[in-house]
Amino acid sequence: MRKGLETLKRQALDEIAGAHTGEEFLAIKTRYLGRKGLLTDILRALKDVSSDDRPLLGRISNEIKEAISAEIDGALARLDAEGASDALLRERIDVTLPGRAVRYGTIHPITRVMGEICEIFSQLGFVVAEGPEVELDYYNFEALNIPRDHPARDMQDTFYISDSVVLRTHTSPVQVRTMEKQRPPVRIISPGKVYRPDSDVSHTPMFHQVEGLLVDRGITFGDLKGVLTYFLRRMFGEETVLRFRPSFFPFTEPSAEVDIRCVMCGGSGCRVCKQSGWLEVLGSGMVDPEVFKVVGYDPEEYTGFAFGLGVERITMLKYGISDIRLFFENDLRFLTQF
Amino acid sequence: MLISLRWLRDYVDIDMSPHELAVRLTMAGLEVESVQERAPGFSGVVVAKILSVAPHPGADKLKLCLVLAGGEALRVVCGAPNVKEGTLVPLATVGATIPGGFTVKRSKIRGEVSEGMLCSEDELGIGDDASGLMILPAAMKPGEDLAAALDLNDVVFDISVTPNRSDCLSVIGIAREVAALTGRTLKYPAAECSETSEDITTVTSIDILAPELCPRYTARIIRNVTMKPSPAWMRMRLESVGLRAINNVVDVTNFVMMEFGQPLHAFDFRYLEEGRIVVRGAKEGEAFVSLDEKTRILGADTLMICDGVKPVAVAGIMGGLNSEVVDDTETVLLESAFFNPSSIRKSARLLGMGTEASFRFERKVDPEGVIRALNRAARLIAETAGGSICMNYIDQYPRKIETARDIMLRMSRVNDITGMNIDAPTVLGILKRLEMDVKELERGVYSVTPPTFRVDIEREIDLIEEIARLHGFDHIPVTIPAISSVSGAVPKKQMVETELRNVLIGSGYTEVINYSFTTPQSVEITGLNVNDERRKFVVLKNPLSEDMSVMRTTLVHGLLETMRKNVNLGNTDLRLFEIGKVYIAGAGEALPAERERLGALIQGNRHENGWHFKDAGSDFYDLKGCLENCFTGLRIMGISYDSRCREPFLHPGRACYVKKDDRVLGFLGEIHPDLRRKLDVKESAVVCELDCNALVELAAGAVTYRDIPRYPSVSRDVAFLVDETIESATVIGIIRAHEEVLLEDVYVFDVYSGKGIPGGMKSFAFRFTYRAPDRTLTDADVDRVHSGIIERVTAQTGAKIRGSGE
Repeated sequence: MRKGLETLKRQALDEIAGAHTGEEFLAIKTRYLGRKGLLTDILRALKDVSSDDRPLLGRISNEIKEAISAEIDGALARLDAEGASDALLRERIDVTLPGRAVRYGTIHPITRVMGEICEIFSQLGFVVAEGPEVELDYYNFEALNIPRDHPARDMQDTFYISDSVVLRTHTSPVQVRTMEKQRPPVRIISPGKVYRPDSDVSHTPMFHQVEGLLVDRGITFGDLKGVLTYFLRRMFGEETVLRFRPSFFPFTEPSAEVDIRCVMCGGSGCRVCKQSGWLEVLGSGMVDPEVFKVVGYDPEEYTGFAFGLGVERITMLKYGISDIRLFFENDLRFLTQF
Repeated sequence: MLISLRWLRDYVDIDMSPHELAVRLTMAGLEVESVQERAPGFSGVVVAKILSVAPHPGADKLKLCLVLAGGEALRVVCGAPNVKEGTLVPLATVGATIPGGFTVKRSKIRGEVSEGMLCSEDELGIGDDASGLMILPAAMKPGEDLAAALDLNDVVFDISVTPNRSDCLSVIGIAREVAALTGRTLKYPAAECSETSEDITTVTSIDILAPELCPRYTARIIRNVTMKPSPAWMRMRLESVGLRAINNVVDVTNFVMMEFGQPLHAFDFRYLEEGRIVVRGAKEGEAFVSLDEKTRILGADTLMICDGVKPVAVAGIMGGLNSEVVDDTETVLLESAFFNPSSIRKSARLLGMGTEASFRFERKVDPEGVIRALNRAARLIAETAGGSICMNYIDQYPRKIETARDIMLRMSRVNDITGMNIDAPTVLGILKRLEMDVKELERGVYSVTPPTFRVDIEREIDLIEEIARLHGFDHIPVTIPAISSVSGAVPKKQMVETELRNVLIGSGYTEVINYSFTTPQSVEITGLNVNDERRKFVVLKNPLSEDMSVMRTTLVHGLLETMRKNVNLGNTDLRLFEIGKVYIAGAGEALPAERERLGALIQGNRHENGWHFKDAGSDFYDLKGCLENCFTGLRIMGISYDSRCREPFLHPGRACYVKKDDRVLGFLGEIHPDLRRKLDVKESAVVCELDCNALVELAAGAVTYRDIPRYPSVSRDVAFLVDETIESATVIGIIRAHEEVLLEDVYVFDVYSGKGIPGGMKSFAFRFTYRAPDRTLTDADVDRVHSGIIERVTAQTGAKIRGSGE
């Protein structure tokens, strides 16, 4: 009888292995384990076995029953899972097709860099101030210690509207307008458009500047160096090497041009830095006492510094753009790169 | 300004490399823009040894030479009388260039091959001896490059001199800076004159009738000059700094101007009527022919140098053709003067004549350097033109020119301004190197007298700058000022513009920046009404071109031009915006009104090409939706869109004013088909322009939170059949007129006309949402309000109900 049980088990497992569909599995289950099944028949016959053999045979029978049952249940579960998965796979999509993009635009590179500059200075407590672009000759020149018929006027070619009105050639008039309205301390930054009649690969008749002014008690040229060093390192990286070079502006004294080690060649000399290894990026200086007198500040009590920088120049260096006119041609193939 | 290193070395010893010198000058405020090697006016000329000299078979005066110049012996034909076996001479080899742009070729001279040319000093432009070959020192090596062997190579610096440093507009000026930087001594050139017994006062006189414009005029007379080319050394000097050699007398005036920075002029004395000089203002409208043979019409402000009768030079700018020194000039009147800087500047600009002389006069020359330059030039003329100098000079000096006031300098102030901690001996050392006289007034306080050539130094701050400059900006410490406790809040204008930019780029719009200048034609193209304020242009007096001759009064024209340009470049489906100013000329106001505007444009397809979307043209509602988002972003409520918009450049049926209450904020609409034709574009576009200043005013600051509703809402849909001209805003206005508290929201969810709808009518479907804050609404509650609203709409618009539902 024991041998019969083993044969039965092998036979059942073989059938299970050969079955594929749910119906087949269920038929096997019925054939062996059903109420009239083959194993059931054997179990029924146990009562005729000697009581010595009965426990062992009973145990084996049960084991076989469970084995067959487990095998069939497992097969059925696998079959279910496969079926469900097949159904989902029929819903498949092509994941490599492009997404349904929402269109997005770009900020003009000049706006972007001007924003970065203002952001750095605002962290140092500078506040944005503005002034008119069509400006009185007085604010653009005279109040800044640039009298009529003075050679310093040659430094900036000018668009005239009338004898006394010009398109501002720099953002510096905002210094005077601000100081006229406000007592020290003054800490302003003034971004905006400026105009000079010039047009070639490195000049456009309109461009952007950012002007800065800080006036308080005890401000020194050392502070000027500190603030501008901080700014340039934030703008061009912590490793930026810079130098302060004596220069001349009618409204500051002492005056300095600020150069950074060429970002293109690292100082070995290239076309961009005209072989000098240095790039001029800023004009700056201590506010000239004459300017303080014009706005009614006492130069013995207050000192300060001012600086101005060309936004296009900084942007060109930052992105490696070689023709300034691209900024205002508004070719989308240019603008959308930023 | 070009400065030759060889010339510079005449006045100061320099023992650093040219590159090092350039850096030192640059870091002292004299920016060296370039450093160029400069070869003499020839190349390919080598030292050659004459091995043998034989007669030329075809010509008596020529010789046949065999010369050694490095490689194999060469055959050269030579006609010089001093050609001699065994000597070293210059050989211009085949391919060499010599002054005058002449290139040496292999040639046959009277049947004999010549592989080069043996040269004289004169032919090479390095000396004046033209009588024979230049004989070179025997120690030289055949084959060696002649320029190197004679050390003729020069270095030329291009120095950018700032307008305050007139003292550096000369070789001596730069040499003086070098001396101050290196502690070397400056060597002045000889200026003593050996004079004849004829006193100048018996020959001529000077009268200054305009002493304000000419405070000092000095002159010398040089007789018996022989006009000819200058000696080679002077020509080389002038050419090295980019000046053209003319003749010995004119070259001397240019040479001394470059040497000392004092412009000079030489008159041919025989053309000075009455033999005298009168300095006076021009007569208004007077004509005068200057040296460059151009006729100048003078204004009364222009200072003239005249003889007893007529003008002979525009003072400080250019001489006249009528008194120019020429080939047969014998007596020269040499002028050295100080003219009022701003007067010279004005005249030079008025006449459009910027010259080397006017450039220096308008920057102010050394008033006490006038005599030295006069004497130096007289001496050089005597040297190069063989003239004799009359005894004495005339020095008319009617107005004392203010120079060199004593300036008080406080040590404490030096450190307060610079942030350095510099000591008195260092400061005094620097001032001394700059040729300043210093007296101690009290401890730490000095009286400083600058030299007369430093016309830029008038105040204590000027001295402080000099101290910082010479000490070196590198020695100034780097410090950070204390940040004021009141840190600046970001101004609202900036916040509004940032918000607008964020919404716009998030909606696919790209920012452009157009020039503020535009063409006056822009108002014709947009067809603006004659009374439209956008015709009030701010006009440039000196525009770069007609297209850029006025300031823009609207952003739309620029956006349309940008669209046209991009479409022509093949960039399509555009979404553009610009935030910038427009400029409206004011009546009687000194300055125009500058107004900040937002302009935007959409053109082409709504979506970029791709598999998701079929081509669908963008329209009015695309841009309107974006504007609505802008208003939401700025928290501006209650914006209305008024179709009574009459902008001539917009489609009359597809445009509106954008309003807040009764205030017009701008316009929005499709461009007029006529405008497309005028602009020569095929595509239509929708544009808008809004007043940014108004948006800044209207933008709400802080957000006020409202509780999320606790009770459910009830929705009702109604479709009205209305006349097709009725606008949704009209219907919603009627619905909202009674400000029913339970009506939470109402919006159009469908607009339909066509099949099933009578002609001239449309179906407007609205969804109403009702809610009470404190309870769940019953149908009866809603019905009461809803039916009232429906009745009002039907009564006031004649609408019929097409259907309704919940």
